[in-house]
Amino acid sequence: MTFLETLLQQSPVLIIATPLLSAFLMPLVSRIHAKVRDVFALVVLGVTSCFVGLLASDVLSHGPRIYIFGAQNLSFPLVRILFEVDSMGVFMAIITVMLASIAVVYSWSFLHQQDGLDKYYTLLLLVVTSALGMELTGDIFNFFVFLEISCIASCALIAFWVDEGEALEAAFKYIVVSSIGALFVLFAIGIFYAQYNALNIATLAHLLQFTFLDKIVLAILLVSLGMKAGLAPMHMWMPDSYGRAPPSIILIIMSATLASVYGILRVMFTLYGNVLTTSLRFSLPAHVIIGWILIALAIVSILIGVIMALVQTDLLRLIGYAGVAEIGYMFLAIGTSIVALGTSYATVALHGGLFHILNDALDIGLLFLVAGAIYYVTKKRSLDDISGLARSMKFTTVFFIIGALAVAGMPPLNGFTSKFLIYESVYQVNPILSIIALLGSILLLAIFIKVLYAAFLGPELPELKDVKEAPRSMLLAMGFLAVFAVVIGLFPNLVLDTLVKPAATALLDHAQYISMVVGGL
Amino acid sequence: MIEYIPFIAVVAMIIIGLYTVVFRRNLIKIVIGISIIESGVNLFLIILGYRDGGVAPIFTSLPPGTSFPEGMVLPVPQALTLTSIVIGVAVLALMLSLVMHIYRKYGTLDVQKIRRLKE
Amino acid sequence: MFSLESGSGFWNPVLWVLVVFVLFLLFYGIRGFGRSTYKKGTEQTKVFLSGNKETSAEEMHVKASNLYWGFTTSMKSLYSVLRKMHTGNTSDYILWFVLVLAVLFLIMGVM
Repeated sequence: MTFLETLLQQSPVLIIATPLLSAFLMPLVSRIHAKVRDVFALVVLGVTSCFVGLLASDVLSHGPRIYIFGAQNLSFPLVRILFEVDSMGVFMAIITVMLASIAVVYSWSFLHQQDGLDKYYTLLLLVVTSALGMELTGDIFNFFVFLEISCIASCALIAFWVDEGEALEAAFKYIVVSSIGALFVLFAIGIFYAQYNALNIATLAHLLQFTFLDKIVLAILLVSLGMKAGLAPMHMWMPDSYGRAPPSIILIIMSATLASVYGILRVMFTLYGNVLTTSLRFSLPAHVIIGWILIALAIVSILIGVIMALVQTDLLRLIGYAGVAEIGYMFLAIGTSIVALGTSYATVALHGGLFHILNDALDIGLLFLVAGAIYYVTKKRSLDDISGLARSMKFTTVFFIIGALAVAGMPPLNGFTSKFLIYESVYQVNPILSIIALLGSILLLAIFIKVLYAAFLGPELPELKDVKEAPRSMLLAMGFLAVFAVVIGLFPNLVLDTLVKPAATALLDHAQYISMVVGGL
Repeated sequence: MIEYIPFIAVVAMIIIGLYTVVFRRNLIKIVIGISIIESGVNLFLIILGYRDGGVAPIFTSLPPGTSFPEGMVLPVPQALTLTSIVIGVAVLALMLSLVMHIYRKYGTLDVQKIRRLKE
Repeated sequence: MFSLESGSGFWNPVLWVLVVFVLFLLFYGIRGFGRSTYKKGTEQTKVFLSGNKETSAEEMHVKASNLYWGFTTSMKSLYSVLRKMHTGNTSDYILWFVLVLAVLFLIMGVM
């Protein structure tokens, strides 16, 4: 066995172990020098990205991969923790490491005068670990453990500016909401264990009977993971914490949020994949009811997100509400693909939804970074207090325009490509849904034109006469996201064919995921 | 009937905890409510592993005459509970330290007054 | 390779960029037909605000919170409901969670 093969075989655990162990090395490393610490954080994420890339290239060409902790082969009874990595997990892991690396580059300048940065980087790497763990694990209790790690570490990061009362308030709201959500997830896991005596996702999916308790578990998992993902009307923690956390770490918290979206996808398509087509009362199949529940929540998210964003004056909060609307778009597509399970446009909807996860990460992330750059140079949060920044911040203005147009779904940027797939497929289920989605996009454009007009255009304010362009590392981080947004917009098939379509296939083909574990016993 | 009492206790604890979080105004009481929910869930996990007359699942120190593995309680729920308790302590400590800092900044523990972030 | 198929339609960004570029050239050409004989420095180049005097740029700038005044005023009833909903109270966040959970339990119980 060559070195590369061994590395590949161990890569699922190395992806988790590298950031986890480095997180606790961080306080030691930062004693050497601040520069060393900054570079170390990026190097750790770079190494993790290499492992993710290695694993991705293998999983995409050879199908799912299993890593068993503490044993070579599967044996009965299956009480071991195991990681099961398929194309979907790999897709999310790529998004996570990309966002984390960009956030670290951005933090170099953004936080360089602050103290406590050793703890900052420790927590940052812990959130990355937890998001990666949620995405790669094949064990539902393990999923809960990583969910709780992400709660604790994200909460501490939200309260990073601890001398602001509002940051503490946002962090407290976040921990209350997410720990209650996580406890309910644990309760649901307990019910699963009571019924099937198993904790492995594939085994559970194989055994699932869709009894009354399973329906209850489905409701609990849907609502508690949906709350963590920011579905309306449980979205209220999201603008609070996104509005008060340091913008550099919002990218990291976003990756944890998207990992919860992944959790819902895994529950829907894999865990309940076998029983979704069961006929229930009034001869309605289960997937129609569940899909419409998701669509209803998604529509509420889109509408509340855009309508509330329109009246915000705090820029970061405004983008937080826009993020709620974007989550709504994802769930609109996911709900559509569940309602129409088996038809051709269900697959298109799933492609659109998964592609939108990537595009939301890029676009909303870019906007948060721009808002952070504005905060960095002006130290002001309210849009009423800033004006005419385009004169001194030319690059930032260009990045903002790219991000705003992409979020609003303007062609030819990346936001449009995924929204195009969503509009086209949602139309087949019900044209009204498509109209609401379009209306949401128009309002998003109106929201960001307001920001453009208020912050970047207009007369130069006397107190902002001596603002300068954002520092180089911040521009670099924003530039990366902007270039990705434009390239994916112009050549959508590059990403769609290599990453999104295999991920959708892996989700829809739950039999393969199950047989990887159950068949090996 | 008597074997259902633990499950009724679990549901009661979760509902009491939720009631505390939703209707109590003191931040410390909200934290206590979350703690009660957590205890309820932990109790639920423990009940799942219980077997009538079972012994501790330590293979090397089985009392003579016990049947293996039927005579032991299930070890997996206990492992889950231990993990969950450890996580719970971390969350509890974090929440209490946040409450402390919030009290310093806001001068109150009333959840209805700690809402500078709204709308 | 560049075109995105959705089953009922297609989207080709490169084609779109080309069309926009051609249209831009077309409009630029049409613009060339316009008259360039206006007199600089006279009334013709000044801003016309229904006969009102033009004030300085700082005074004319509309603040962000007033920008969509018309929209928010006409949607006042909707906004008052939504503002009431976003109380900022931690307990209410959990109350929403419990409510949605209860609704889903109801749906799951009936079906």
